[in-house]
Amino acid sequence: MATQVFKVPDTFRKDFKYTFCPGCDHGVAIRLVAEVLEELGLQENAIIAAAIGCSVTIYDFLNIDALEAPHGRAIAEATGIKRARPDKFVFTYQGDGDFASIGLAESIHAALRGEKISAICINNTTYGMTGGQLGPTTMLGQVTTTSPTGRNVEYYGYPIKIAEHIALCDGTAFSARVSLDSVANIKKAKQAIKKAFEVQLKGLGFGFVEILSGCPTNWRMTPEQSHEHVRNEMSAIFKPGIYKDITAEIK
Amino acid sequence: MSHIVINGDRCKACYLCIKECPKKLIRVSEKTNSLGNHVVEFCDENNECLGCAMCATRCPDLAITEVYRG
Amino acid sequence: MAVETITNKKVLMKGNYAIANAAVMSGCQCYFGYPITPQSEIGEFMSGKMQELGRGYVSAESELAAINMVMGACSTGVKAMTSSSSCAVSLMQEALSYACSDELPVVLVSVMRGGPGLGNIYPSQGDYIQSTRGGGNGDYRTLVLAPSTVQECFDLTQKAFYLAHKYKNPTILLADGLLGQMMEPLEFKEYPYPEVDNSSWCLTGAKGRDGRIIRSYAPLADNQCKFLDRLFAKYKLIEENETEWEEQNTKDADILLVSFGSTARNVRTAAKICREKGLKVGTLRPITLFPFPNKRLQELAQSVKKIISVEVNMGQMVDDIRLAVNGKVPVELINKGVGTPPSPEEIVSRIEELI
Repeated sequence: MATQVFKVPDTFRKDFKYTFCPGCDHGVAIRLVAEVLEELGLQENAIIAAAIGCSVTIYDFLNIDALEAPHGRAIAEATGIKRARPDKFVFTYQGDGDFASIGLAESIHAALRGEKISAICINNTTYGMTGGQLGPTTMLGQVTTTSPTGRNVEYYGYPIKIAEHIALCDGTAFSARVSLDSVANIKKAKQAIKKAFEVQLKGLGFGFVEILSGCPTNWRMTPEQSHEHVRNEMSAIFKPGIYKDITAEIK
Repeated sequence: MSHIVINGDRCKACYLCIKECPKKLIRVSEKTNSLGNHVVEFCDENNECLGCAMCATRCPDLAITEVYRG
Repeated sequence: MAVETITNKKVLMKGNYAIANAAVMSGCQCYFGYPITPQSEIGEFMSGKMQELGRGYVSAESELAAINMVMGACSTGVKAMTSSSSCAVSLMQEALSYACSDELPVVLVSVMRGGPGLGNIYPSQGDYIQSTRGGGNGDYRTLVLAPSTVQECFDLTQKAFYLAHKYKNPTILLADGLLGQMMEPLEFKEYPYPEVDNSSWCLTGAKGRDGRIIRSYAPLADNQCKFLDRLFAKYKLIEENETEWEEQNTKDADILLVSFGSTARNVRTAAKICREKGLKVGTLRPITLFPFPNKRLQELAQSVKKIISVEVNMGQMVDDIRLAVNGKVPVELINKGVGTPPSPEEIVSRIEELI
């Protein structure tokens, strides 16, 4: 008798269909979030705040309570939700522009306050929904629609390493960077998301995961090439790893 | 018997699963879905599927909806 | 900063503390704010009181964050507020547009100071347009309540929470630096309004039901048209039900003085002096700036010969009065740009110039 080893998590809405481009890693990231919500039994108690960009469509797919925030303010709204209802599981799902550019002040300060919320940030080094412009994580040399000759330091400055910055905040309980370039790394990513959720449940502080993801459309690559790019180029600059884990320190 | 279930409606023809399968049991089919994509199909005449779920783990669109092992 | 304790029923209190106490007594569960003169006492009071009561308080990193935290808290159905002033309320305009679209019961206390830009910390009424029209994008309205005494600061704060929840719409208490900083006798009152049932829409986790989405994103044009029609039907209902004003000696008046907030105090005295001089002067004070007492002004335009708006700004409410009476009677302006309102004597002499 065969046993089922994979299913669509119950956390999804009935008959959902992703609206992402072919090969987009958002689909994988959202599935991992859904799996972790299900495994931790959080679906009926979770509230998500999401802002703008491809990431905001998460509420069309997950069958959980959701609040749409203005661009950059998902963390502020999540803070408000958590302070009003400390018994709820509150998290955000954001892009790098939302989390680390327009919303950087909110992100850093939530981490410094040790807000008991969790944040997932998709880093694809570009503004996806608006058509591939230069973002806070755009790599040096990377060509985007607003860096047509590539990002150079003199003109554009440097990209931000988000997970490292969040790890520096004293209120952060967990900060990690993971990648979705391979099946092995997808499994690691899930473990990191689980950890970022668990530190909230334990009341330890701010939980954060940065997820390196491919954006084949705006990178002008095939899905397969986009994963090679994440593996060979992005991961060399944005090194995957656990940058802070106070549960490990406690051990 | 190990096998997978594919929801062709969700397939966006990125074909990442094809490369992922260690036994090369997934291929592009002649069928198209409402998106106009040639969807993938599972073809395991010799019962080689391991039920490893690497294809489903990789699929960005949850088009591989179920995996069974054993 | 001492935390006022609610023991005596009648106390001498600053407007800012009246607002803060009223919020606490209204059952405000969360306060999020960023300091700015002349309203910082509100946040200072709340920081201690909310902690003491086990409620939510965050000293936010910015006004943007503060009002978005309020939106987050409101989405769960609780009463929540922020307070700020003029140039910092400017930072909140985007969120107010979202909150109108999301239909969230946000309460914002706006204690006006001089503008534009950083301006100064003197009292002003320069944010009449900012409050009643808003600086956010799209078609939306916020309810605006304008107190003119410390007691009204208290009473209307309670009412702001009620109306915000009753209509699921952001509500602004529009005070100014004078009201915020001055002390007057104040009587504490228990929250006099019924609690509004938010259970049909608020976010509590998808238990026994599908997940709710509170959002303003409506990609299809038809949906957005329908939504706006519904939103504006709500605003019409608000106009019908909630328009509030106070008037004096309007029955036989030739001249109608219209003013709101702290300015109305001197205007009332000025009207009294005018009557003593034999001038038939009446007063009207809008208490709700949106909804504006358009109908009543239209009625009075039938009997008065002139309407004069008295404001501490360069003439903002005067536009609404002109729209209301639609050319029926001349509408003049007595104003000063910023500071304490013109004295009764000054108002009287300017009235005499105008007639």
